[in-house]
Amino acid sequence: MNAVVRPRNLQGNRACALAAIEAGCRFYGGYPITPSSEIAECMAAELPRVDGVFVQMEDEIASMGAVVGASIGGVKAMTATSGPGFSLKQENLGYAAAAEVPCVIVNVMRGGPSTGLPTRPAQGDVMQARWGTHGDHPVIVLTPASVMEIHAETRRAFELAERYRVPVVLLYDEVLGHLVETVAAPADAGASATRRFASGPADAYQPYRPGADGIPDMARPGDGYRTHTTGLIHDEDGFPTQAPARVGAVMARLLGKLDAHRDAIERAECVDCGDAEVVVVAYGITARAAARAVAEARARGIRAGLFRPITLWPFAERAFAAATRGARRIVVAELNAGQLALEIERLAGRERVGRLNRLDGEPLAPAAVLAAIADAAGATGER
Amino acid sequence: MDTRTELPFEIRDYLRLDRMPHFLCPGCGHGIALRALLNAVHELGIDRDDLAVVSGIGCSGRLSAYIDANTVHATHGRPLAFATGLKLARPDLHVVVITGDGDCLAIGGNHLIHACRRNLDLTCLMLNNEVYGMTGGQASPTTAAARYTTTTPLGNHEPVFDACKLAEGAGASFVGREVTLQAPALKNLIREAIAHPGFAFVEVMSDCTEIYGRKNELGSSPEMVLRQKHDVRPESYGNAVERPFRPGPWRTGVLAKNERAEFGAAYRAHCRAHHGGGPGDV
Ligand SMILES: Cc1ncc(C[n+]2csc(CCOP(=O)(O)OP(=O)(O)O)c2C)c(N)n1
Ligand code: SF4
Ligand SMILES: [Mg+2]
Repeated sequence: MNAVVRPRNLQGNRACALAAIEAGCRFYGGYPITPSSEIAECMAAELPRVDGVFVQMEDEIASMGAVVGASIGGVKAMTATSGPGFSLKQENLGYAAAAEVPCVIVNVMRGGPSTGLPTRPAQGDVMQARWGTHGDHPVIVLTPASVMEIHAETRRAFELAERYRVPVVLLYDEVLGHLVETVAAPADAGASATRRFASGPADAYQPYRPGADGIPDMARPGDGYRTHTTGLIHDEDGFPTQAPARVGAVMARLLGKLDAHRDAIERAECVDCGDAEVVVVAYGITARAAARAVAEARARGIRAGLFRPITLWPFAERAFAAATRGARRIVVAELNAGQLALEIERLAGRERVGRLNRLDGEPLAPAAVLAAIADAAGATGER
Repeated sequence: MDTRTELPFEIRDYLRLDRMPHFLCPGCGHGIALRALLNAVHELGIDRDDLAVVSGIGCSGRLSAYIDANTVHATHGRPLAFATGLKLARPDLHVVVITGDGDCLAIGGNHLIHACRRNLDLTCLMLNNEVYGMTGGQASPTTAAARYTTTTPLGNHEPVFDACKLAEGAGASFVGREVTLQAPALKNLIREAIAHPGFAFVEVMSDCTEIYGRKNELGSSPEMVLRQKHDVRPESYGNAVERPFRPGPWRTGVLAKNERAEFGAAYRAHCRAHHGGGPGDV
C-alpha cells in the first residue's frame, strides 16, 4: 500500500530492531551484552509505541524462555545476544525447535571462547548456531552483510520463523552491528507473514498434524483448543510418546520439514562465479572484503568469483555447486579457525578447498583475501 | 462461557481424561495439590479456555499434561521465565505455574526471586516434597537435615531453604504455605492466590511417598500425610505443635500479602503515559 522508500541512516543493531517491529514483533525479552545491547535499547524505546512489550529478564536463559512463552501466546517474539548469552539460550532454543515455536534470536558475534573479546568482531558461532542445542533439530540461520541487509533479513527471519514454525537465528558480527549505513526500505510495508493459527472445530484439531506444506497450524491460547506444548518428543496430539515407530515418524517430519522449502529459505549471492577459477566463500563482514578482493583480482586478470551465503543454514548446496562447478580452487574466508570451511570441504572435497582465517579480533582486509586468491590462482597454474 | 463453573466441582470436568491413568505413584502428594488447584479454578469460575498452566520438569512438572486447559511443559527450572513471557504477551490469560522444590529453588532459583521482585500477575505453586522425585530421589534444596536420599547416603548435611521467606524477601505480594493434609485449606489458599493481582507464591508441602518416604522409613502414605501435623505451625493455631520433625516450625496459611503494583498493568500504564497516542505516535 505504502511504497514510499524513506532512506534512513541506521546503525546495524538499530536497523535490526526497527525491522523486527516492522515485521510485527511485539515482544522482546533480553539481557544486555556487547555488542548487541543497542537492539535491546532500541526495542525498549520503540515497542511501547506500538503496544508491544519489552522486558529485561534476569539472564539469557530467562529471556529465551520468555520469548518462547510469548510466542506460545501467539505474539511474534525476539531476543538478541552475543556469544556467551547465545550459549545460555541454547536449551530453550532447542525447546522452540522441538515444540515448533516460532522465534527470532539475534547473535551479534564477538570474539570467543568464553568472555573472549567483547568489543571485537568474530564469526566463531557458525557451528554453535547450527548445532548449539543438544540433539538433532531444525534451525534456520541468516547472515546479512550490510545494514540494509540486516534490515531485510530481520524481516525475513520473522517470515521464515512464522511460516515454518522454527527458531531463526540472525547471525552477524560486531562491525555490522555498529556500522551506520543507509537503509532504503519502506518503513511501513506491513507486517510480514502472520502465523497460521488453528481454525475449525477443536475436537478435530491435532496440534502437530502437518498441513499440506508439512507445517502444522498453531493454536492460540484462548481460542478454545486447549493444547499441550512440551519439549518431550510428542505425537500429533501434542502429548509425549516413546513408541519407537511414532518417535521415528515424528522426528523424521521435524528434521525434514524444511526440505520441501529449501528454495524459499536458501539465499545466496554469486559474484563473477560463471567463469571463475577461484571462488571465495565468505559471509557477513568478511564478504565485503572478499567482494573488493575479487574485483581487484579480476582487474589483475585472475578469474575470481565470490559465493556469499545469506542463508547460512540450511546451506545453499545447489547454488554453491552451480557457483563452483568450474572452479579449481575454493577459498573459505572467515573470522574463526575454519567453521564453514568444514561444510565447504564436505561439499567440494578437501583438495579443492583452502582456508583463510583470522582470529585476532580484527576483520579480514581485502588485501589479505586478494593474496589468498592470488595464491590459489597460482596453485591452479594459471594467471 | 464455561457453564460448568455453575455446577458443583467435579474434577473430571477439568482433567484430560484421555491422559489417564496418570503416572503418579500411589499416595503421591502431588495429586492432592492438583485437585486443590482445579477446585480453586472451579470456584473462581475461570473458563478453561482462559487458563494457562505452565509447569517445569519433574513429577510436579508432569501435572500440566493432565489439565484440560492451555498447558505448557517448559524446561527444567524455567517455567517462571516461560510464564513471564506468556503473561506479558497475553494479559487476558490466567497463568498458573506448577513447579517442584528442585525446579523452583535450585535450577530455577534466580527466576523465582526475579518473578517475586517484578510482581507480575502469576500464581506459582511450588510442590515441595523435599526431594528430586522424577530423577530417582536425589537431595534438593529443601531436603530436611539428616534425611537419606540417593545423593546423601550418609544423611543430608546441607541447610534447608525456607522458600516462603525467600519469596517474601524478594517481594512477592502474596505468599502462603499449606500441607496436603489440609486439602480444603490448600484449595482456599490457592484460590486466594489466583485471585490476588500480582505474583502469588504458594508452597505446597507435598510428599514423595515412593522414594523419599520409603528411603527414610516414614511409613505408608497415609502415615506420611498425618505426619504433616507435626511439621507445621498454622498461623491460626498459635505455636501448638510440640515436636516438628522438619527443621523448624513451618508456618502455614497466608504468610504475606500486600497490594503492591502489578507489573504488567504498571508497565502498560507507564508506556501509555509516555506514548498516549498509541501505535505510530512518535
Ligand atoms: C537442565 C536439566 N537438568 C537436569 C534435569 C533432570 N531433572 C529432571 S526433573 C529434576 C528434578 C525434579 O525435582 P523437583 O523439581 O523437586 O520435582 P519433583 O519431581 O520432586 O516433583 C531433574 C534434576 C533436566 N531435565 N534438565
Ligand atoms: S516419585 Fe515421588 S514425587 Fe514422583 S510421583 Fe512418585 S511419589 Fe510422587
Ligand atoms: Mg521435589
